[in-house]
Amino acid sequence: MTQKEALTEYLLRLADSDMILGQRLCELCGKAPALEEEMALMNVALDLVGQARNWYEYAAELIDDGRDADKLAFRRDAHDYRNLLLTEQPNEDYAVTMGRQFFYDTWHYFTLKSLVNASDERVAAIAAKALKEVTYHLRRSSEWVKRLGDGTEESHRRMQDAVDILWRFTGELITPDETDQLMAETGIGPDPEQLKEDWRGMVKEVLQEATLTPKPDDAWMYLGGKRGEHTEHLGFILAEMQFLQRAYPDATTW
Amino acid sequence: MPQHGDTDPRSAVDKLIASDRVPANANTDQLTEADIWAILEDVKDPEVPAVSVVELGIVRAVHWDGKELSVDVTPTYSGCPATELIEELIEEALRAAGFRNVRINQVLTPAWTTDWITDEGKEKLRVFGIAPPQGSASKRSLLGDSEEITCPRCGSAHTERVSEFGSTACKALYRCKDCLEPFDYFKCI
Repeated sequence: MTQKEALTEYLLRLADSDMILGQRLCELCGKAPALEEEMALMNVALDLVGQARNWYEYAAELIDDGRDADKLAFRRDAHDYRNLLLTEQPNEDYAVTMGRQFFYDTWHYFTLKSLVNASDERVAAIAAKALKEVTYHLRRSSEWVKRLGDGTEESHRRMQDAVDILWRFTGELITPDETDQLMAETGIGPDPEQLKEDWRGMVKEVLQEATLTPKPDDAWMYLGGKRGEHTEHLGFILAEMQFLQRAYPDATTW
Repeated sequence: MPQHGDTDPRSAVDKLIASDRVPANANTDQLTEADIWAILEDVKDPEVPAVSVVELGIVRAVHWDGKELSVDVTPTYSGCPATELIEELIEEALRAAGFRNVRINQVLTPAWTTDWITDEGKEKLRVFGIAPPQGSASKRSLLGDSEEITCPRCGSAHTERVSEFGSTACKALYRCKDCLEPFDYFKCI
């Protein structure tokens, strides 16, 4: 794998994860539990889709086969998607929605914090912009995890269930593969060991304050999203998200 | 539609089209970069029309060599839906002023922060009813306590945050506990 191929792959992972989680959050438009929550969720989704576009645009330039950001987002099928499995998991109740967000935001925050210093200027610029936004995402989702975990008996039970359900998808966030290693070696991606330590540290701190119990670090984990092997949920997300672009390919006006 | 007594012989459609055209005698040769900044001062943010794109700090640079005009613009948020509209409004204002060769460049570095909003811009936000960003973006802590925000209506510091996100990505929703008015706060980023 050349460095350019690894970077392209890495950019698609960043873009796809942002895009799929953004799309998941948008499913709550019109049905969030409270008006303020709806606005917050949609704003977070907007940030993520905006960041995805920045990553897609850069990836499209490197791929250089005539596809633009829109085509990468709307004309690739599930096996070509490189998003983390966590991001495609269903919204379920609000504990799962915010638990998923918190695990992702923590990974996102530390990843971007490292990418700000990437040897690739374009990556560093996109990350610097995104980091400011994601800091707010993490602040908000960590507050929700604490509020629900350390709340009523019912909210505590649900938040603990959410942690237990989602835990199996978190290993992928901090398990590096060849691409991640190559990115770290070339001074672009985060050091995998550091990322693992930072992620675990923040998650343990917040869960503890939320009176929640994490599952063991060595629990069995699902991997595969980064190489296009997804859970059954992704196909349904894409079917909805890509319908218009598939039905009217290359339309210039909607 | 032609009005009664209208003596202009051109049809309404012709007049409409003519009004959109760049004036034939527009002479941009004499204009300086300072004149261009003055034109941009009249371009308002479509979502916060109280402030101009210059006061918001999203116009980074203007280059005018007498032939081509390029303007560097930076987005406030990655997903800000107003970014493209703002770029169009800037281009439109410059074309209306006679510039034919306008190029808008989107720049990401250095990333926009609320520190780029001018003091005048902050005051206009407050008068408009939006609490301007308070303190410096660089000093804000990640998971620390929320800042003390002053109510833009009555000036009380006795306020509470209702939501981390308001009507747009760049704002949070607050409520004043003294005058009881809800208000938007332009977040520090």
